[in-house]
Amino acid sequence: MKTLLVALLWAPATLLAAEAGHPLDRAPIEPRDLVSLQSGARIFVNYCLNCHGAQYMRYNRLKDLGVTEGQIRDHLMFTADKVGETMKVAMSVKDGKAWFGVPPPDLSVIARSRGADWLYTYLRTFYRDDRTPSGWNNKVFPSVAMPHVLWKLQAEQGAVQYDRTVRDLVNFLVYLGEPAAQSRKSIGIVVLFVLGVVFVFAYAMKKAFWKDIR
Amino acid sequence: MSSRLMALWEWFDARMPSVAEEWRKHAAEYYAPKNFNFWYYFGVLSMLVLVIQIVSGIFLTMNYKPDAALAFGSVEYIMRDVPGGWILRYIHSTGGSAFFVVVYLHMFRALLYGSYKEPRELIWIFGVLIYLALMAEAFLGYLLPWGQMSYWGAQVIVNLFAVVPYIGPDLALWIRGDFVVSDATLNRFFALHVIALPLVLLGLVVAHILALHDVGSNNPDGIEIKKNKDARGRPVDGIPFHPYYTVKDTVGAVVFLAIFCVVMFFMPEMGGYFLEHNNFIPADPLKTPEHIAPLWYFTPYYSILRAVPPVFTSQFPGVLAMGVAVMILFLLPWLDRSPVKSIRYRGVYYKSALVAFVVAFLVLGYLGVKPTTVWGQFGFDAFFLDTKDRATWVARLCTLLYFAFFILMPWYTAKDKVRPVPDRVTM
Repeated sequence: MKTLLVALLWAPATLLAAEAGHPLDRAPIEPRDLVSLQSGARIFVNYCLNCHGAQYMRYNRLKDLGVTEGQIRDHLMFTADKVGETMKVAMSVKDGKAWFGVPPPDLSVIARSRGADWLYTYLRTFYRDDRTPSGWNNKVFPSVAMPHVLWKLQAEQGAVQYDRTVRDLVNFLVYLGEPAAQSRKSIGIVVLFVLGVVFVFAYAMKKAFWKDIR
Repeated sequence: MSSRLMALWEWFDARMPSVAEEWRKHAAEYYAPKNFNFWYYFGVLSMLVLVIQIVSGIFLTMNYKPDAALAFGSVEYIMRDVPGGWILRYIHSTGGSAFFVVVYLHMFRALLYGSYKEPRELIWIFGVLIYLALMAEAFLGYLLPWGQMSYWGAQVIVNLFAVVPYIGPDLALWIRGDFVVSDATLNRFFALHVIALPLVLLGLVVAHILALHDVGSNNPDGIEIKKNKDARGRPVDGIPFHPYYTVKDTVGAVVFLAIFCVVMFFMPEMGGYFLEHNNFIPADPLKTPEHIAPLWYFTPYYSILRAVPPVFTSQFPGVLAMGVAVMILFLLPWLDRSPVKSIRYRGVYYKSALVAFVVAFLVLGYLGVKPTTVWGQFGFDAFFLDTKDRATWVARLCTLLYFAFFILMPWYTAKDKVRPVPDRVTM
């Protein structure tokens, strides 16, 4: 009976999805590394935020990354006036569709739909291809409409440094997908500790009440 | 209690004695068998999850917008800008899956100990109705985040109704309120999810518990404790629900909440099984996802649907099989002809049938989240192979096992060699 229970509880957890296609590299992200997150935020606003928005994320939330509102206003805000605004993009959906064939997707929760490993591999597997409109193609996402926006960085930095740049960017995108993720874990530890204490008392009470039931 | 509070209670009790009376009837003097084991926690845990879902749902409604243009964004607003919003959202999404975990274990308990057998047929029927209402509630709620899986999942399920002969297309149109899943669909699903189905669920839960307390609880030995009473008319193997089971269930509830919190705080997506990755892409009526998988709790029935081949190009047989697979649960009390209730005293036929059923159910559940090509294809041609996907054939075998468990039950339970049941419960 115990075995059946274990099987019932664990069946859904053990089914890991394996997608076909290009193998994905593991993204070496570190959600607590503020330097990496700040660097990722800088790359994001300089390179991604021209075409992609993050319309559910407010600029002032970036204080999570250890920067002040003044720093956000001076270094991370190019297309917004107020620090409480969301990270919208000036390009309209209609223009995006006309220029790229598909409007560039919003990146607020892209790390939650694609996963960090996919993004990390995708941003590092662009190659030249004369048959596509942009002149670029991608191994993870064949015939992707997006050109290789980071190509200059890749050329200047070399493979090792570029991997680090992409790591920082993906680290930031994962944060962007769920800004509350870190506080979620720390609150979770407190809640589990409290439940542990409650369990001790509840169990002692049960033992006391049941001592003469045979 | 201080004398003032006592006086207040006496004042209240003199005017409304039914409160104290109901408390005695359903808790302080409700005698439950003293030998409840692990499997008897899941009824009370189902009620706990129902309360969790109602309370977290009320608070989510305060910021959620049932509008096709705003729904997806309002969920992200809850996740980012509403103080504590992400906690409410994860409580509700984890609670949705937890509901099915505890309900499936609760139903499995009934299969183990024959809890549906006479005189508890009505309790079982109310229970199956709760299960049906819960499925509807989960399906309706899953549209609300308005992601790709919400949208296309709803599209697929509503289209199932469209294959019903004659009335199908009109029926699907009536459910959707539009020719495709749209803003109108979202609005009505919201209304049904937040008020209609919860009312139905609460009513059915009350009926389930009243019916239970009228005949009394079954137990792991399947013995009627009311047949053996002491001089004061109390079952000798019974103990008052309060305080004995209130303190015991408190322990169970704390352990359950700890597991719940581990999922909710450390793995709220549960690897894509509680929150699907594709549902973080906003609904797009023009882009059908490659692989539409329902959430894990529907996948056994989804597998049955996919396993049944179309007949004369009609998908109706598959839909019918899926519907019958759920509805056949209602007949269980009359299909089981065994003279004993508990698996402890049943013979090898029922035990093997139950194992085969559970294995078939789990395999169907697994295959339902995967494309039918998950186990590759047969490498040869044959006249009977309408599909070469191995997984489809395994799903067909498991579908047969699923139905065989019920259809052959009158035969194998009557033939089974049962062991004698003792007079008193064993601890």
